[in-house]
Amino acid sequence: MLIDTLITGLVAGGTYALVAMGLTIQFGISRIMNLAHGDTIIAACFASFILFSVFGLSPILALMIVVPAGYVLSDAIYRLIMRPLVARAPNAGALEVDSILVTFGLLFVIQGVLLVAFGGNYTGYTFLNTPVDLFGTIVAANRLLALFLALVFGITLIFVLSRTRWGMTLRAVSIAPENAPLVGIDINRAARTAFALGGALAATAGVVVSMYQTFTATIGVIFTMKALIVVILGGKGSLTGALIGGLLLGLVETFVAAYIDPGLTLAATYTIFLLLLILRPTGFFGQAG
Amino acid sequence: MSTTVAFILAAAALAGLAVAPLFLNAYGIGLLVGMTGYVVLASAWAMFSGPTRYVSLATVAFFGIGAYTVAVLSETLPYPLVLLCACAIGLTVALIVGLSTLRLAGIYFVIFTFGLAELIRQLVTWYEVNVTGTLGRYIFLPFEGIHIYWQLLALAAVTLLLSWWISRSRLGLALRAVGDDEVVAAHAGINVSRAKLMLFALSATIITLVGAIQAPRWVYVEPAIVFNPTISFLTLIMALLGGATRLWGPALGAVPLFLLFEWLSANFPNYFSIILGIFFICIVFFLPQGVLAKIEGLRRPAGKVPPEDKERSGAA
Repeated sequence: MLIDTLITGLVAGGTYALVAMGLTIQFGISRIMNLAHGDTIIAACFASFILFSVFGLSPILALMIVVPAGYVLSDAIYRLIMRPLVARAPNAGALEVDSILVTFGLLFVIQGVLLVAFGGNYTGYTFLNTPVDLFGTIVAANRLLALFLALVFGITLIFVLSRTRWGMTLRAVSIAPENAPLVGIDINRAARTAFALGGALAATAGVVVSMYQTFTATIGVIFTMKALIVVILGGKGSLTGALIGGLLLGLVETFVAAYIDPGLTLAATYTIFLLLLILRPTGFFGQAG
Repeated sequence: MSTTVAFILAAAALAGLAVAPLFLNAYGIGLLVGMTGYVVLASAWAMFSGPTRYVSLATVAFFGIGAYTVAVLSETLPYPLVLLCACAIGLTVALIVGLSTLRLAGIYFVIFTFGLAELIRQLVTWYEVNVTGTLGRYIFLPFEGIHIYWQLLALAAVTLLLSWWISRSRLGLALRAVGDDEVVAAHAGINVSRAKLMLFALSATIITLVGAIQAPRWVYVEPAIVFNPTISFLTLIMALLGGATRLWGPALGAVPLFLLFEWLSANFPNYFSIILGIFFICIVFFLPQGVLAKIEGLRRPAGKVPPEDKERSGAA
């Protein structure tokens, strides 16, 4: 029972980590709170569903199409919608509020398009649904693959951002946006790259989620909420925080469902979230302020 | 225009609106009820969020609390007492929320209020399923649409009167200072926390009352209906369209948008969400100050932007 819950929790947590990383990059570096993040994920779910059921493409191959598409589309959204808001915002606070409002609109647009195209029913496909014995617990192979992919993407990204020059540029913009131009960093480009990177991560998460769970056009907001919880938990802009926070959230959820009451899972996460917001709004890994 | 004339005009308009349903059929009265409901919601929302610029998404949390209080108590208590109970519960929740969120600024407040609405919905759902055993309740109150409309109209008048009074009082000035710069306001000797808390509680109580008064319209109530987050979004977009910092702004945004959304959901139910989203984006882009400020800007000679508007153009 314990091992069983632990593994289920880690699998869920791996997905949450992946979902949250995109949001934390967008929020930390581009200063944009993207409330349409969850709906981007659901759009990617439907994309891989189409690729799988119509073109017979395995989700692993679908990653090669959907992830670059997520990057390009997010880049376009940034140029078209976000950049004018950044240009007119007098300070970071005003931009945050503006970006919340405008991505609300985006949320409804994406959700509406998905509803028109696919209807409101639960959709899904069967991929790699073979049982695997892990420490005496039976787990579906697709869930293990999801956890594996989440960890690989997450750790690679943390490594790239902390070890390469390109990653250092992005982190510089995140830490000191006023000073970055002084050392020759193009802030506008860095912000756009980060936003697009977040979109690519959302697309990755979407493909991974679609491998093992069913989805509807309207559940995007649940992903957004969970990603927000993880971002607040781990600290704004911290990838390591998002990875650990995501795994933690997955574990808490599964343990509440297994030992207290499945109906209280969401309530439990919101309670943790609200308490955390009040007690420590900078998160466990974030810088103050 | 002097204040007296404005008051006489407003009173005449109120009287006109009060007798209007006598000449309308049931559908027309239904429209009036929905419209007045959103006028109050948007005005009450703007009462707190306009001057302080704290974007609250907790509207539906309080709205739902009001509706649910009526659903639970309407058979055991007389109606005025039920309304009083709803007020008391809304006020208590608002004070708890206000006290605990005073330190949160900007984005964290938005997220908190959004999470709060979802949390309350989850808890009510869980309670109904596990403790009372049924999801959903019936409300049997001897009210027709016209009675609900008159109550809402009275509430709208009170809300606008309160907004007008607050904007002229020391409290309103204090809140505008908080919205401009909280640190400066605190240094100028304003009790920032108290001012924010008072307004948040007042605004939340009015929103709770709207939910309570409108509840008998549904007859059947369940969490998914009265805690529908779309209510928060619609309130927000209406107040923004009209201009959240003006007395008549929210009402001016609520009337056309309510009619538009009503028409859209009747004629294009499948595209409602897309059109709503595009509307939202356009308002943030082209009318960040609301329609009223835009009209005033057009009437002013070109190139002369008052410092207040220039400074605010980024904020909601």
